[in-house]
Amino acid sequence: MITKRIIPCLDVRDGRVVKGVNFEGISDVSSPIELAEYYSKSGADELVFYDITASFEGRKLFTDILTKVAKKIFIPLTVGGGINTVEDFDRVLKCGADKVSVNSGAIRNPELIKEASLKYGNQCVVISADIKRVDGVFRVFAKGGRENTGMEAISWIKKCVNLGAGEVVVNSIDTDGVKKGFDLELLSEVCSAVNVPVIASGGAGSIEHFIELFNKVPDVDAGLAASIFHFNEVKIKDLKYKLKENYIDMRI
Amino acid sequence: MIVIIDYGVGNLFSLKSSFDAIGVETIVSGDEEIIKKADKIILPGVGAFCDAVKKLKDTGLFKIIKAEAGKGKPILGICLGMQMLFDKSFENGEYDGLGLIKGKIRPLSDIIPGNLKIPQIGWNYLKFENNKHPLFKYINEGDYVYFVHSYYGAECDSVIAYTEYGASVTAAVAKDNVMGCQFHPEKSGDIGLKILKAFSEWEA
Repeated sequence: MITKRIIPCLDVRDGRVVKGVNFEGISDVSSPIELAEYYSKSGADELVFYDITASFEGRKLFTDILTKVAKKIFIPLTVGGGINTVEDFDRVLKCGADKVSVNSGAIRNPELIKEASLKYGNQCVVISADIKRVDGVFRVFAKGGRENTGMEAISWIKKCVNLGAGEVVVNSIDTDGVKKGFDLELLSEVCSAVNVPVIASGGAGSIEHFIELFNKVPDVDAGLAASIFHFNEVKIKDLKYKLKENYIDMRI
Repeated sequence: MIVIIDYGVGNLFSLKSSFDAIGVETIVSGDEEIIKKADKIILPGVGAFCDAVKKLKDTGLFKIIKAEAGKGKPILGICLGMQMLFDKSFENGEYDGLGLIKGKIRPLSDIIPGNLKIPQIGWNYLKFENNKHPLFKYINEGDYVYFVHSYYGAECDSVIAYTEYGASVTAAVAKDNVMGCQFHPEKSGDIGLKILKAFSEWEA
């Protein structure tokens, strides 16, 4: 049976990983290439690179780095950040990305999902949504979670999937950074609304949170996290063994 | 020299990089002379069956590949590239493939339970059929590889490995010099590289 996936996310600004601490055998923790290699060797099932650079120069650095990563690492790579046009898809796919994640770009222009999925296939287009409860309703936020779009989250995700998105990253603003566990309520709702893979993001603080995620929301396909991996609070190898011990299918 | 066939689709960068990583020389090309001179052929592919076959036909590569494989040149189809080796596909209609592997490409939804997601996206294990095929000489049964697909190889007696996704699903096929993987070896970590290495060492 297909395994659940564990996905570290690397935020890259001006060619450097933003978060990061010390790892055994890594001299430069802010080198995306070294960190990506480390994660790949530790058993990461996939890597997400998020370009948080604003400048044109930074963007060029990002694609250079992506090319270098894709030359050395042979697991699926997803790229997000600053994807607004089909040309942006093309730019990162040529550098070796396998999937492209869209967020604000799709909010501004939902047709982007359709165009890109027709050109590159649904499997290539990932919709990433930042979601927060406002007066008891799940709302979609734009601009890195700063701006309430007013759109209801579940119907937005359904719309994106109907337009051709082949995977959904659900990032809960409410649980993000709190490290008290994933947003199980939100994730359950998304999983019952769509039939494409759902990736949980926001809230992982411990191995137990991943066990809870896959046990309580069995339709979730993957768990994504950044800081707990970068700060070495959870080692991917330990996490995967523990999940397997708990009867969750894992690639070891 | 292995030629990775370029007909305008697929992630050829990763494939080329994978062979680079195991020290095997490749050339990405859609040129008839280069394909004829090459020792081995990699046929990649993503997207829809009919579009890809049309592109192969428009570029004249369809006949060339068929002829080269017919002469005994080792060929490895990957993902949609594997599917195109088959006689026929029923993806959004009915289309002829290269006819190098006996069998038909049918929707996964025909055989898997409705609660499973389509496409199958992710890591799944290999179960070998009969004896271990030489393509798998460096790996073991149960090793994980990365799949992304909505259609599968059916009615085929050349299956060399299956995976389990609510049903037994064709993971790899081989008939003499013609081989194919439904999964992506270039995205399957060390296991994938070992399969590519085995292909590169294949003696016809």
